[in-house]
Amino acid sequence: MKRPAPEPVQVVKQRRDAALSKLVHGVPYIRFLGIEFERRGDELTAILPFNDMLIGDPRLPAIHGGVTAAFLEVTAIIELGWSVLWSKIESGQIDPETVDAKHLPRLPKTIDFTVDYLRSGLPRDAYARARINRSGRRYASVHVEAWQDNRSRLFAQATGHFLMPPPDA
Amino acid sequence: MSLQRIDLAKKFIEAIPHARALKMNFVAVGEGTAEIEMPYDEKLVGDPATGVIHGGAVSALMDTCGGAAVVSHPGAPLGTATIDLRIDYMRPATPGQTIVAKATCYHVTRSVAFVRAVALDDDRDRPVATATGAFTYGAATSEGGKK
Repeated sequence: MKRPAPEPVQVVKQRRDAALSKLVHGVPYIRFLGIEFERRGDELTAILPFNDMLIGDPRLPAIHGGVTAAFLEVTAIIELGWSVLWSKIESGQIDPETVDAKHLPRLPKTIDFTVDYLRSGLPRDAYARARINRSGRRYASVHVEAWQDNRSRLFAQATGHFLMPPPDA
Repeated sequence: MSLQRIDLAKKFIEAIPHARALKMNFVAVGEGTAEIEMPYDEKLVGDPATGVIHGGAVSALMDTCGGAAVVSHPGAPLGTATIDLRIDYMRPATPGQTIVAKATCYHVTRSVAFVRAVALDDDRDRPVATATGAFTYGAATSEGGKK
């Protein structure tokens, strides 16, 4: 028996990017802050394009500490949400063609979140990546790093614990 | 004195573009304490299925309120920056309700201010979230000096 030919790379890519976009753009607060996500395979990078309304200290000026915390928390939640969605798409449980905002898997809930402010956030774009250190059936622990011009000079990092949605949600 | 302090505190918050973007309002300010509210807004929703406000917006409110408590401390510098902030989320805030944060700067050293804060919705007996943080205090407050 002949195996079916693999799907063209563009088709696979487009399907995955569309699913990620639905996950991200379905959340009003992520749109409010203007955060976008770029995908390389299963690795995500969050981007916070600079905007004047993100400023917390107009004298420096510097990005608001609350914005930094929110950016890191959004990055952690989407990383976790995407890991759930990705495995459901790859296993065929969810058809990304037909899934809409109402039928996406529920996002994890934050239990606690601790932010270290290492440098002031400069008035320019910021980037962040999250690493899932442990993800069990109920709880997950995630570390997030954020930087601006230089990947090795973090301006903030955070660790948070999250309650995972029930598997059938 | 206290009127002047409230006036200063109001100016403090009005000067913060992101506090304006979240429509934060000063409710009260004392010596090392602050109370700030943030009205419910659909733009701030983190879970579209339930309409619950995103934790990040609550963090921004707590951080602003913590900073305001530090700045209102007697003998405090004009500005401050967050060194560390931990937030515990106890329950989702009820959709449609204003969230109010109350922060207390309970100890200061020459260079660090320690702050506790709580976030509440209309049910004042069951906090939505609590926070603890450390903020810069004193002359070298400007993060710009930490290059």
